[in-house]
Amino acid sequence: MVRPLGFLVGLGFIVALLCAIVTTPLSNEPQAAHAFHKEARHLPLSSDGLFPHWDKAKLQRGLQVYKEVCSACHSLDHVALRDVAELGYTEGQVKTFAKGFQVPSINPDTGEPATRDGLPSDHFPAPYANEVAARAANNNALPPDLSLITKAREDGKDYVYSLLTGFQNPPANLPKELQPATGLHYNPYFANLNLAMAPPLTDGQVTFADGSPNDVKAMASDVTAFLVWTAEPKLVQRMRVGWAAFLFLSIFSILAYLSYRNIWADKEH
Amino acid sequence: MASETSLNADIEDGVRRRDFINIAAVSFAGVGAATVVLPLVNQMNPSADVLALSSTEIDISAIQPGQAIKTSWRKQPVFVRNLVPAEIEAAKKVPLSDLRDPQTIDERTKPGKENWLITLGVCTHLGCVPLGAAEGEPRGDFGGYFCPCHGSHYDTAARIRKGPAPKNLEVPPYDFTSDTVVTIG
Amino acid sequence: MSFPWAKSYEPQHPLMKWMDEKLPIPRLIYNATGPGYPVPRNLNYFWNFGVLAGAALVIQIVTGIVLAMHYAANAGVAFDSVEHIMRDVNAGWFIRYAHMNGASMFFIVVYLHIFRGLYYGSYKAPREMVWLLGVVIFLLMMATAFMGYVLPWGQMSFWGAQVITGFFSAIPAVGEPIRVWLLGGFAPDNAALNRFFSLHYLLPFVIAGVVILHIWALHIPGSNNPTGIDVKDEQDTVPFHPYYTAKDGFGLGIFLLVFVALTFFSPNMLGHADNYIPANPLSTPAHIVPEWYFWPFYAILRAFTFNFLWIDAKLWGVIAMFASIALLFFLPWLDSSPVKSSRYRPLNRIFFWVLVADVLLLGVCGKMPAEQPWVILSQIGAAYYFAHFLVILPIISRIERPLPMPNSITEAVLAKHADKSSASATA
Repeated sequence: MVRPLGFLVGLGFIVALLCAIVTTPLSNEPQAAHAFHKEARHLPLSSDGLFPHWDKAKLQRGLQVYKEVCSACHSLDHVALRDVAELGYTEGQVKTFAKGFQVPSINPDTGEPATRDGLPSDHFPAPYANEVAARAANNNALPPDLSLITKAREDGKDYVYSLLTGFQNPPANLPKELQPATGLHYNPYFANLNLAMAPPLTDGQVTFADGSPNDVKAMASDVTAFLVWTAEPKLVQRMRVGWAAFLFLSIFSILAYLSYRNIWADKEH
Repeated sequence: MASETSLNADIEDGVRRRDFINIAAVSFAGVGAATVVLPLVNQMNPSADVLALSSTEIDISAIQPGQAIKTSWRKQPVFVRNLVPAEIEAAKKVPLSDLRDPQTIDERTKPGKENWLITLGVCTHLGCVPLGAAEGEPRGDFGGYFCPCHGSHYDTAARIRKGPAPKNLEVPPYDFTSDTVVTIG
Repeated sequence: MSFPWAKSYEPQHPLMKWMDEKLPIPRLIYNATGPGYPVPRNLNYFWNFGVLAGAALVIQIVTGIVLAMHYAANAGVAFDSVEHIMRDVNAGWFIRYAHMNGASMFFIVVYLHIFRGLYYGSYKAPREMVWLLGVVIFLLMMATAFMGYVLPWGQMSFWGAQVITGFFSAIPAVGEPIRVWLLGGFAPDNAALNRFFSLHYLLPFVIAGVVILHIWALHIPGSNNPTGIDVKDEQDTVPFHPYYTAKDGFGLGIFLLVFVALTFFSPNMLGHADNYIPANPLSTPAHIVPEWYFWPFYAILRAFTFNFLWIDAKLWGVIAMFASIALLFFLPWLDSSPVKSSRYRPLNRIFFWVLVADVLLLGVCGKMPAEQPWVILSQIGAAYYFAHFLVILPIISRIERPLPMPNSITEAVLAKHADKSSASATA
């Protein structure tokens, strides 16, 4: 019974699929945007590869770029102010850094909303109180939170770096429907070519205490390195622990193999 | 049986070497398993955000003599009391030999700031919050704090005097950052 | 159960004797995975994957219980609580990445375990019940993995929940009420997240229970082996311990090496970037993709694009997807060949490898966006999948002429070694 019934059921599925094959057009609808979209450019960082380390000076510069430029519109919700200690700041410096922020609070006497100086235990305060406020201030576009941005986009850091440095005039042959509308900016690394964010960086915008270069590319690279850290602060530790575990297990596997051969030595199999 | 005969057939050195490999492999497995247990246990310790809440600043300027406030540090209640001279005197009069957990009031306050008694509001018996910090609450037989759970009485220096609690109310680490601000932790 | 020559448990120490009278757990272990369980001596490395699947289940349960100590199943804070685990909880990043990649490792070993069973005919009599329970475990695993993927409440979590519960709305008349009932609302939200968490915590223990039945059912006829020939006497077998505990120990080492490499060196390789974006009910990701272990089934779902007969394409897809798994329940009776191992089934061996290639193709199609050529490839792939099990297998089990088989496992082993030594002698 099973086999004849199975045969009929199978035949049903196969005929339904054959009909589907016959009726599905073989060509894709052309997507004009594809032709103009560019692959993200590779940004080499010290946190890449199997033996990564943090370039703390670079991360500190990236933090400065975030604070002076990006933080005007973009939040960094998941990162605590205390976390910047990992970028090589002392406890005192972290406290001073935290004091430089005003975080939402309530007035202890009246209960009215108020602000107070930041503490290391606070998270980076968001530039807008809520999504509606953020959209209202940005032409109805929502600036995404940046804590996880290098993990939340295909091509990660390469994409972020390419986007920051990729603003340009639209090519002459760009079809009309792909031209940036009012308030949008052409960037071939963005999925649909036009995004609401204006070019955020200009040459010389941020002055670094260590005199490092501050052209758009350098600043974009620094802030991208910083955002790799915010997305995965345990990355370097993770790789180190990984190597220890890997080496330990390699030795274990060799011993286990020898033990296995030893136990089976008198048995053909 | 088969393995026994093969054991006898083997030269003694060979047997030892063979056993050693098995023992080494099992030992490695044991060490590895024990190492993995460490993070699984450690994850229950306070996380970084909990540890970061380790200090709290309190403005004491509004506390009148004889009054106390209840605030919190590391999610535990803290009592800050502005003692009146009579309370300090009362505490000083008690001979240390009468105390279950002998401590002078000077050991429990900062020099020059003897009127500020800052303690955790956690009964050392089983962790209830004693009464006496707020206006109108019973302050026990010794004029300090009274824990309603099992009837522990604390004196004006928050030392245990009567009832089941074994220790005085704990004094947290703190400093006067200014005349009116105390940082706990 | 088991064979007459199986060693029997004889406790020596008085304490063990006392224990044996009151609660004979040591005896149970001795007979299940100890010297009291005779196993064919010729098992190859593909027989490691059962034990490895068990190890993966234990890893998932242990890391999962730990994660549940820090995770909050509330749509408002679920995403944040996962980031809290990743950043602030001691070793939280390790435990979370281990759980995330542990799921992938579990599916990798289970797929290898299933295909081992298909190649060597382990689903055939007398082991039908072992196979049926295995399919139940597979179904439970898929449900558990799906609900687990919803918990971080990222974009893929949310839209995965939306799409999968959307399957049910394909059912005529009662579909939509069922979907709303499953979600406890009209779209995935708090109610859905909370019940998924509850069930995600429950189901692994149900899996563990069915695993015990699976092993119990296995111990009645004993393990199959690469020749598919039944065990005839003592020299065909070795005691499970120490022979296969040692071999499984080595297998576990290799399994953990791969697991560690994934977890520490490339933990997000098998995940999707969009799941690091918090769930947004107002914006769908550019293309929704399930986790890799669902790709072949997702491809079958999407392959049906034609309203054939009175059933519309969406319902065809959903029925076919469930049927693609459900047909495995009938496999022991679809394949009527008396020969188990494909070593001696020349036709089945060819079609087995075609099936492997077909499932891999379906996997790729499931990952890709619904564009050509992937649509037509998934349609061809799905058609072959059903043809393989429902048409080809029943036919070849009738017409195939098996190769000559050795008389016993021991004969096969000795012949192999004779081949080897003669080969080395000529060389």
